[in-house]
Amino acid sequence: MDKNVLNVVNVWKAYDELEVLKGISFELAKREVKVIFGPSGSGKSTLLRCINMLTPPDKGEIYLSGQNLTAPGVDLNAMRAKIGMVFQHFNLFSHLKAIDNVSVGLRRVKGFKKEEARAKALDALHQVKMTEWAEHYPAQLSGGQQQRVGIARALAMKPDLILFDEPTSALDPELIGEVLQVMLDLAKAGTTMVVVTHEMGFARAVASEMIFIDQGVVVERGTAEHFFVSPESERVKHFLRQINILYGHHEELLKEINED
Amino acid sequence: MSNTPNIQTIFFYILTKGLFATLALTALGLLIGFAIGLLLALMRVYGPTEIGWFASGYEKLFRGIPVLVLIFIFSFGIPGLFSYLEPLERPIAGVILALGLRSGAYQSQIFRGAILSVNPGQMEAARAIGMNGFQSFRHIVFPQAIRLAVPSWSNEYAVVIKDSSFAYGVGIIEMTRVAFDIAANFPLLMPLSMAIVAIIYLIFTYPVTKLFGERQTKKLKDFGMGGG
Repeated sequence: MDKNVLNVVNVWKAYDELEVLKGISFELAKREVKVIFGPSGSGKSTLLRCINMLTPPDKGEIYLSGQNLTAPGVDLNAMRAKIGMVFQHFNLFSHLKAIDNVSVGLRRVKGFKKEEARAKALDALHQVKMTEWAEHYPAQLSGGQQQRVGIARALAMKPDLILFDEPTSALDPELIGEVLQVMLDLAKAGTTMVVVTHEMGFARAVASEMIFIDQGVVVERGTAEHFFVSPESERVKHFLRQINILYGHHEELLKEINED
Repeated sequence: MSNTPNIQTIFFYILTKGLFATLALTALGLLIGFAIGLLLALMRVYGPTEIGWFASGYEKLFRGIPVLVLIFIFSFGIPGLFSYLEPLERPIAGVILALGLRSGAYQSQIFRGAILSVNPGQMEAARAIGMNGFQSFRHIVFPQAIRLAVPSWSNEYAVVIKDSSFAYGVGIIEMTRVAFDIAANFPLLMPLSMAIVAIIYLIFTYPVTKLFGERQTKKLKDFGMGGG
């Protein structure tokens, strides 16, 4: 268990009467990219929020590099600093420039001096090709640019893993490519990632394993190859067909990206 | 002032003898109101239910009593309240306290609304990078809430500067009092003197709130934070 970056063990979560997660388990090794997908309302976002304890699970355990986050007395702030999170709606800090969005955690959480934090933040912005936009406010950036800053904000903290919560689903189609490109680069550079997404091209390119979740349980898991060639459950087959209708056009885009 | 004063003299007289006191009462009242208002807003937004009741009770109490009554209470109504001050200074302290306590009840609403207007995703993102609750508020939510509050807050300034004229009631020499004293010495000048002091109040309220309101609303738009 200790060699895994993340262990999710039998996690349950209910909102009032509504059972959202019903015993989810999976594990994540270093440098692994895990893609989680499934219909909306299946509990994917809740699962991510349980992992960094923004929404503590009702039952079950989350282990980060062997340390149980669900145990009482854990310094959750310190633990969250080791888990990056990229949001569907970016959630950039509106009153801060791109550079300050990235450096604020370095300064306030990690305690770096202003100049040092700035240098590290610029590095992170460079990784997502946003250096020249450093002095812009979020409202002055496109959705794709905002999401890249969001990724830089997570990267700058040098986390053990990064959680992506449908990072491209709030973007206009023409802006999805630039964000996926950044994520592909990160995956290929060995970043440990859990990605909730319906971008099957991305999954096919870099996922070490895909997990299909429906109604709060893991229905099926396997490699991308397995899902595209021989999915077992009817629910998965049906879902993939629908996804293909909706998202199929990105396959071409990703092919181009991969050939670059 | 043995000769009948002309318009310029009345203007000059009100400004030199009364403006400073009016602005000082207003500034101190707003400052106390800011501290109380922010605290109450925090209690109502983040505090447990019982603390929220206390804050909401405070608001109801101080919004339900006329400011002149509050001024009398805190100037003369509570024996020994400002016993360490000189007798002549006690009404000044009483007015400032009355203005501040009451403004706090209104500013609380302003800040509560502003804090609640900040997208919950901001707090979430702050917690997700490892900030604790206080840091998230201090560095992420509060700076945005303050910006959102400016238009309403400039309105509150206009309310307090006008209410500071009630200090007249306990004998403090501020603009209204000066204007009234001129009229008392030259009864025929009553309409002119009151008109002039009214114009001075107007100058210190309308353009200020308009300027703050419009500039801030534009700034908020630039931040993509909606308008105030």
